[in-house]
Amino acid sequence: MAAPDYPGLDTLALHAGAQPDPATGARATPIYQSASFCFPDSDYAASLFNIERAGHVYSRLSNPTNAVLEERIAALEGGVGAIATASGQAALHLAIITLMGAGSHIVASAALYGGSHNLLAYTLPRFGIETTFVDPRDPQAFANAIRDNTRLIFGETLGNPSLDVLNIPAIAEVAHAAGLPLMVDSTTTTPYLIKPFELGADIIQHSATKFLSGHGIVIGGLLVDSGQFDWEGSGKFPTLSEPYEGFHNLIFTEEFGPAAMIQRARKEGLRDFGACMAPTSAFHILQGIETLSVRMGRHVENTRTITAFLLEQEQVTRVGYPELDGHPDQALAKELLPKGCGAVFSFDLAGGREAGIAFVDALSVFSHLANIGDAKSLVIHPASTTHHRMDAKALAAGGIGEGTIRLSIGLEDPKDLIADLKQGLRAAGKVAGGNR
Amino acid sequence: MRIQVNNETVYCYTNSRDIDHNKPSIVFVHGSGMDHTVWTLASRHFARHGNNVISIDLPGHGRSSGNPLARVEEMAAWVISVLDTLGINQAAVVGHSLGSLIALECAASHGDRVRAIAMVGTTSPMPVSDAILNAAEADDHAAFDMLTQWGFSKRHQFGGNRNSGIWMIGNTLRLYERSRPGVLFHDMRACNEYTAGIEQAVKVACPALLILGAEDRLTPVRGTRALQEAIPSPLVEVLPGAGHTIMVEAPNAMLDALHQVL
Repeated sequence: MAAPDYPGLDTLALHAGAQPDPATGARATPIYQSASFCFPDSDYAASLFNIERAGHVYSRLSNPTNAVLEERIAALEGGVGAIATASGQAALHLAIITLMGAGSHIVASAALYGGSHNLLAYTLPRFGIETTFVDPRDPQAFANAIRDNTRLIFGETLGNPSLDVLNIPAIAEVAHAAGLPLMVDSTTTTPYLIKPFELGADIIQHSATKFLSGHGIVIGGLLVDSGQFDWEGSGKFPTLSEPYEGFHNLIFTEEFGPAAMIQRARKEGLRDFGACMAPTSAFHILQGIETLSVRMGRHVENTRTITAFLLEQEQVTRVGYPELDGHPDQALAKELLPKGCGAVFSFDLAGGREAGIAFVDALSVFSHLANIGDAKSLVIHPASTTHHRMDAKALAAGGIGEGTIRLSIGLEDPKDLIADLKQGLRAAGKVAGGNR
Repeated sequence: MRIQVNNETVYCYTNSRDIDHNKPSIVFVHGSGMDHTVWTLASRHFARHGNNVISIDLPGHGRSSGNPLARVEEMAAWVISVLDTLGINQAAVVGHSLGSLIALECAASHGDRVRAIAMVGTTSPMPVSDAILNAAEADDHAAFDMLTQWGFSKRHQFGGNRNSGIWMIGNTLRLYERSRPGVLFHDMRACNEYTAGIEQAVKVACPALLILGAEDRLTPVRGTRALQEAIPSPLVEVLPGAGHTIMVEAPNAMLDALHQVL
């Protein structure tokens, strides 16, 4: 027998979860665009409803196309299972409502995507779940914010938009010492750049809309369970370790062991809240994941070229990319993200808000829109768009200024991107000059 | 359900039901380093179909206390003690891998207590390579990796789980990683040292079903000939595409096959 060797990331990105279609032999994963699935007989139907057989009932709960995507991301992340959701926000919500209810508390990084911040800061408190936001660079701050009713620690692998590198090993240690799981949003890093489960994280959330897809044609999210957290040992998660009346008193930890959390999320959260992914969306995301490594390598390469260019520009007062000298997380980035820090970063322009707006409006290759992780390069002015709900104090805590510009570097020829940026800088310079 | 056997706590998954002595009983026995959760789908199925299901955690495994038992014969006697404690006179015994040897030994040595056996992912003898034994003895993660890799058919190295959203390789690895130090080694050594299987198989008087994975690399179908010849009139189901981890790789086909004796 040859020594065992698991398939590598590139191979899994192409094959995990998929087998040639048993009905037709189709090599590509078919789109099973069907709301429901026929039962051969009544006992078979009963057995599917009662979790006795593997199979599909209704596409809100599971779907063969979605199942391939779910297995693929679970394989790429090294987890036990995953659920495809309608969006990244739906994945975050699904995790939270699976683990806790009213009266619970979350400790989260202060540097979050605006939508995630809004969910935690404003929406969930209406349902009795509060969040304390802390400096993502300070593991002790996470520890200090933990209360008796805390049920989750949450952060982004690279904070949005200032790219604070989350010290996953240190924060996981804090979380686990308190009997809590650590969930990370790995949207901007993908399993190509970082494997959070290997560093101690317990749950991963993705907006699959971004780099996993790469094409910017679909909205989708993924929730991945490592299967490593001891829900029973913690004693803080009755949704997983005590009988669930909604399913004949099923105890998820008892029946599903390492997969307890992801199974509860499917049997309850996906069923009851219904934020499932459309099968066609799953198909589109699968097409993107097939080329993940090739794209991410090029994204990072182009980003390094662009950040080097920006550093040389007099109008640019700061470039926030963790690989650069002066970034407070440079050493941590080298340790946790040796293949690169992604392709989304921010920089500050002299001239403040007006210069920033002039810069954005002058670009033609970069698309001005509210997204990241497209194969096409993107630009946005966070203070007036993605983070407009945050007050000045919260903006500052997230490292965002009036003149901050966020770029998502795509796969174009770098010379064309630089030419476009020069055009923007000229426009910004005119505004800044007029202000003087 | 938790019961006491030999002054140790034994966990038995019963689908949250009490034992009904008017119903037939089925004992499910997991394989090396595993626990009762490998039988969740089958247990739920046969519970709904009017059986007492008793999916056990062997001593030192899962939620059962104590030290792992050293020999298959001891494990079979322990299963009978579980039946005694539950007041069950006779049961069918379904086992996977190591559990299948326990089922065989139960039928051979305690024939009056066993009404049928199903041996899933099985062979006898069941030699274990030195590479696995040595790694398991050292509590080296490589033992988990070897068993996980070789435990699935080549096609299932890439998944294709019919149970939605579960990455079967990852879930199996996590189960091994949850086992207590030394447990896997005890189990593997018990498999390796159980050399009486063929001799015992001749004594099986109850209906016996062998469920084999056509692409099993740990207990290949071709190695089961002696066992098939020794058991009087065995039923044999070879499941296409499945490796050794049949409950995960072919859950529905296995369920259908089990109905032949359950």
